[in-house]
Amino acid sequence: MSRRRDGVLDSHEMTGVLPSKERLAAGPVVVIECVENIPCNPCVDACPRGAITMEGDINQTPDVDVTKCNGCGLCISACPGLAIFVIDASRDDGTATISLPYEYVPLPSTGETVAALDREGNVVCNATVARVLSPRAFDRTPVVSLTVPMEHAGTVRHLRRKVG
Amino acid sequence: MEERTDHPKDNLPGGDDLRSAPDRRIGDHPILEFERGREIRFDLDGRALEGYETETIAAALHASGVRILRRSIGRDRPRGFFCAIGRCSSCLMTVDGVPNIMTCVTPLRSGMRVETQRGKGALGNPSPGLHDAEEVGAAKDLGTVPLAIVGAGPAGLSAAIAAGRLGVSSLIIDENRTPGGQLIKQTHMFFGSREHYARVRGIDIGRELVAELDGLPAKLLLDTTALGLYPERTLSLLKDGAHMRISAEAVILAAGASENMLAFEGCDLPGVYGAGAVQTLMNVHGISPGRRVLMVGAGNIGLIVSYQLLQAGVEVAAVVDALPEIGGYHVHAAKIRRAGVPILTSHTIVRAIGADGVEGATVCEVDSDWAPVPDSERTFDVDTICLAVGLTPNCELALQSGCEDAYLSDLGGHVVVHGEDLETTASRVYIAGDASGIEEASTAMLEGRLAGLAAALAVRPEIDRGEVDRLMRETRAGLEELRNGPFGEKPRLGKARMIELARAVQERSS
Repeated sequence: MSRRRDGVLDSHEMTGVLPSKERLAAGPVVVIECVENIPCNPCVDACPRGAITMEGDINQTPDVDVTKCNGCGLCISACPGLAIFVIDASRDDGTATISLPYEYVPLPSTGETVAALDREGNVVCNATVARVLSPRAFDRTPVVSLTVPMEHAGTVRHLRRKVG
Repeated sequence: MEERTDHPKDNLPGGDDLRSAPDRRIGDHPILEFERGREIRFDLDGRALEGYETETIAAALHASGVRILRRSIGRDRPRGFFCAIGRCSSCLMTVDGVPNIMTCVTPLRSGMRVETQRGKGALGNPSPGLHDAEEVGAAKDLGTVPLAIVGAGPAGLSAAIAAGRLGVSSLIIDENRTPGGQLIKQTHMFFGSREHYARVRGIDIGRELVAELDGLPAKLLLDTTALGLYPERTLSLLKDGAHMRISAEAVILAAGASENMLAFEGCDLPGVYGAGAVQTLMNVHGISPGRRVLMVGAGNIGLIVSYQLLQAGVEVAAVVDALPEIGGYHVHAAKIRRAGVPILTSHTIVRAIGADGVEGATVCEVDSDWAPVPDSERTFDVDTICLAVGLTPNCELALQSGCEDAYLSDLGGHVVVHGEDLETTASRVYIAGDASGIEEASTAMLEGRLAGLAAALAVRPEIDRGEVDRLMRETRAGLEELRNGPFGEKPRLGKARMIELARAVQERSS
């Protein structure tokens, strides 16, 4: 299957989407799952470090300079496609943190255990909510950070609350 | 969880009373706050119900679990609403003794007597004056305005702003109570670049456009339907039952589009709704369209509305599309896939199940020749089927007035022939937005601006032409940019063909 058939990126389409193992281990970094030529560029303006660029017109896909990106996550809520995530896989305790956009109510609370879902909505593991940010500037697109086992850092993209 | 009952018995007159009527109103919502106003009482077939003053009759009924609004004329089939924007006539009911009231757009009022309509409906006691020819013929003359704009959606509002900034005043006519067109239902952030309101939610773009009218010579005439367009650019208008007419030096038609229907067994059952109707219910009125929905159509609208349903706490059983590939953006598909909604391409709806309303939906796989694959049927437990199978431009006013049309499937079917500056084959009559060919709200805003600039220049030749030309070039470049990618292919080809057609018409007439 592929993104055009069932809406999920296959391994071929994921080529170049995830940063290198070395970069992931070095500290938090952005992952932009935007692989189609659609007319959109707010991510470019959102980055305070100029790490996101777009060559040519607004129909190009964004390019990330992972050496400039510090994983601040300001671009997550700026993406109209909700296609931007930040992964922190730099800790050596066997866990990673994934920050994702979450436009649902009620929001989970810090410390809460939630189900972590992959790109197809399958539950892959439990996750602990590390942080929930919803300042006014995020304009109703809160960013939730989940702590997950390291091996699931590349697959977890959503959450489901277990209560409420 | 709120109790939601969909049993058909809920709809029978004399059935459940007010105390046990379900309430499908949405509580907390991640994006919207619903200001419902005062609670009011009305009655349906003698049964007391409650609704809110901001609701339409059909919305208030739906909130109380009532989906059958009338019975079909020939076969006495149950009918609910379909479009919820006053286009399809599926929602006609008898209100305060008057039949054929379009309940999807008629505001609820305290003490209203609403009746399920059977048959064609008959006028019991015609109101005095109705047969008085003199009274019917006497349209109040509103005089002449420089620019009349039909439709206060993204295109119409942008046109008024562009013309207003050049000092050309306009009157914007819209049949709805609220300006903004379909923007008032768009809770998602828009794409494009900063100049196209990217990253801003549609609902907020609508408000911004209306706010921009402040201080400009533009007036809104809401709750008013444009009935006809006659010689000398005279529009016939209807407001609160009163007939009026207005002439304009230029007219911009920006009446938007209507939802397409799809024919399948049971497609007329209450609970089969257009995607726009589902958005009206949940995003304008804060009413849950159903418990569980099957979405038909994996274009951007089907994908976006599926996501909005999830945000409103409604389950989406699946999205089906007969095409072998998803038509909308991957990022929209990804949002609902990671929430667990399957997208079944090469699948189509076979039938809606249910006697008095949707109780299930059967789909099947189709092969590359669109033929059903044997033994591939499966049935979903859903109470709502949402159709997102495309839109058709609203071009009636232009066609009635004699503008030339053409059939261009890339632009959504029958469209009004228009040139690069959106002028139709009638002098100083322009068409913009979805009415000129199906696209996106972002392109509608730019087209509206272009039509507004062109119309302003046509009626005020003394305006600094250089400045207007610069603005028009900038706007055309913006349109080109938005249409430049692979997803812009249809409008790009359609509009190019349209300009050829307009040139051919011009050559023929000169």
